[in-house]
Amino acid sequence: MVELRLPKNSRVTEGITWDKPSDAENVQEVRIYRYNPEGSENPRLDTFFVDLDKCGPMILDALIKIKNEIDPTLTFRRSCREGICGSCSMNIGGVNTLACLKGIKEFKGPINIYPLPHLPVIKDLVPDLKQFYKQHASIKPWLETFTDEPNEEWLQSEADRKELDGLYECVMCACCSTSCPSYWWNGDKYLGPAALLHAYRWIIDSRDQDRSARLEELNDSFKLYRCHTIMNCAKACPKGLNPAKAIAEIKKLQLQNS
Amino acid sequence: MDNRPLSPHLTVYKPQITSVLSIFHRITGAGLAVSTVLVVFWLASLAMGEVTFKGFNNFLNNPFIIIVLVLSLWALWYHFCNGLRHLYWDMGYGYDLKSVTISGWVAVICSFVLSFLTLLFFIS
Repeated sequence: MVELRLPKNSRVTEGITWDKPSDAENVQEVRIYRYNPEGSENPRLDTFFVDLDKCGPMILDALIKIKNEIDPTLTFRRSCREGICGSCSMNIGGVNTLACLKGIKEFKGPINIYPLPHLPVIKDLVPDLKQFYKQHASIKPWLETFTDEPNEEWLQSEADRKELDGLYECVMCACCSTSCPSYWWNGDKYLGPAALLHAYRWIIDSRDQDRSARLEELNDSFKLYRCHTIMNCAKACPKGLNPAKAIAEIKKLQLQNS
Repeated sequence: MDNRPLSPHLTVYKPQITSVLSIFHRITGAGLAVSTVLVVFWLASLAMGEVTFKGFNNFLNNPFIIIVLVLSLWALWYHFCNGLRHLYWDMGYGYDLKSVTISGWVAVICSFVLSFLTLLFFIS
């Protein structure tokens, strides 16, 4: 359901302003959402100052610098630092993206960093993605076959393989799903852009033999049709994919399947 | 862990052409449902004879109602133009971000131009 205001325990309060580096000239102000599960306080917004002359170019570099040099309790997910693992997804400057692919210089003025929107927060910038992964599992993200296994691989023509371009690249960072207002209000029943993109990836795989049942499973006013073509998903995707387009293709296939 | 806070959403997410046009499609749709009631009353007053019709026309002729009608006119054109985008999308076209941005601005500009032309038509 639409709930414009955050629950009482979730409202963000003013946080700590950490000291500026004393000898720095090129300073960037960064405000970061903090939540400590061990206390009873509400989340807060801390202000940090980063010396850009001694910092790497990306937002992730700034976060690591803050964790190393200012506040070691700052918590966030990160791994590959090159947009392949999808761990460091967060809301930066109001838009969901990967911290490792976003340049600090792309912003003017203070940069606000929040966890991915409308998710339960475990700590600081780490949200709980349990529901998101469950929804991904629910679309059966694997090849379903009924005929006898071939002696070697399941073969696919080059043209059929091309159909998967723009779909298989998804790294499951959840930027798209958590940018979607429809997913905010109905995330419990609507599968969201990421899971639906993956659903389409298996539906159009020429080797998959369960297309009709897959489509039938999705033919639901909530699971699929809560997509109102808002297109925030495509705008957010740090990999440049287009979940909205994939969802539209599923909707079109539904007409042939009935 | 039921007491985990919910991360901020609407208040921190940057308004974008995609989401703003979408919510305006909703708002204009809902608004038009309300102004349709006005039109129904207007037609009903016409059916009830000259006196009622004139009386209702007088009621429509106050500044507040005129503002509502002008806004409804824009809402109608906006809902129409953006509705065309939705029909185009439903056929599976125009999903790349560039098309979405261009068609969005075209819908906004057309809604204002068409409203203006309609007003000119009514005034002249």
